[in-house]
Amino acid sequence: MIGVSASLLLWANGRIAGISGIVGGLFNGRGEIAWRIWFLAGMFVGGFLIRLFSPQALAMELTRSPAALVGSGVLVGVGTRLGNGCTSGHGICGISRLSVRSLVATVTFMVVAAVTVFVVRTVFGGSL
Amino acid sequence: MPVVMSFVTGLMFAIGLGISGMTRPLKVVDFLDVGGSWDPSLAMVMIGAIAVYAISYRLIVRRSSPVFGGLFQTPAATSVDARLLGGAAVFGTGWGLSGYCPGPALTALGGAGTAALWFVPSMAAGMLLCRWWFPSLAERAAGDG
Repeated sequence: MIGVSASLLLWANGRIAGISGIVGGLFNGRGEIAWRIWFLAGMFVGGFLIRLFSPQALAMELTRSPAALVGSGVLVGVGTRLGNGCTSGHGICGISRLSVRSLVATVTFMVVAAVTVFVVRTVFGGSL
Repeated sequence: MPVVMSFVTGLMFAIGLGISGMTRPLKVVDFLDVGGSWDPSLAMVMIGAIAVYAISYRLIVRRSSPVFGGLFQTPAATSVDARLLGGAAVFGTGWGLSGYCPGPALTALGGAGTAALWFVPSMAAGMLLCRWWFPSLAERAAGDG
């Protein structure tokens, strides 16, 4: 479904379904805002429907303080703009296009994320 | 029509994330916990999405333009540089801390998740911060995603 959705967006509108790029483009101060807003509106409605029909699919089962969530969010925001993409843009769309940049980025963020999880679970006992 | 397609694809994307388990941070963290309680099922989600898109991408870009006109805005950058690696490393740290990457966090926000209410505005602030630190970002052509 993720692959089909990304394919439809490219086929119809000629755009790459990279979520961080779609959000980041809102802050660029240039045109082309409408399609981004509508894509994000679709995502919000999707999230709302999941909550209605299958709320456990959105469960936050990790113990994370607001400070940890804020720190994590800032790192994700800075990192995805610096690195030009996230799990969807590099990991799915980029690797599919056989982009070396995206492959290198994906391996990098997955290895670093795995190390981070290891540290959080072994040093901090899994809670932040 | 183009905006309708944007809305529909955003909706499908979010539901796809929900069905696959990407919107449960515990499952994401278990997927990343290669040395511990590793749950490989999300690898299948990524491989499945890549398989679909790898084929459709090749067929779609044979067209002269998208269905609703304009140009295919696919990334042009090819160089692997320090900015790409550094950015990916910063993103990976943030992802590992909470189990949220941008798509699942926005989906969870649509479902009014409390954690997402902290995460998403911080992510937006991080993006603005990055733009402020590196003003040249705005000059670049379309990013990778």
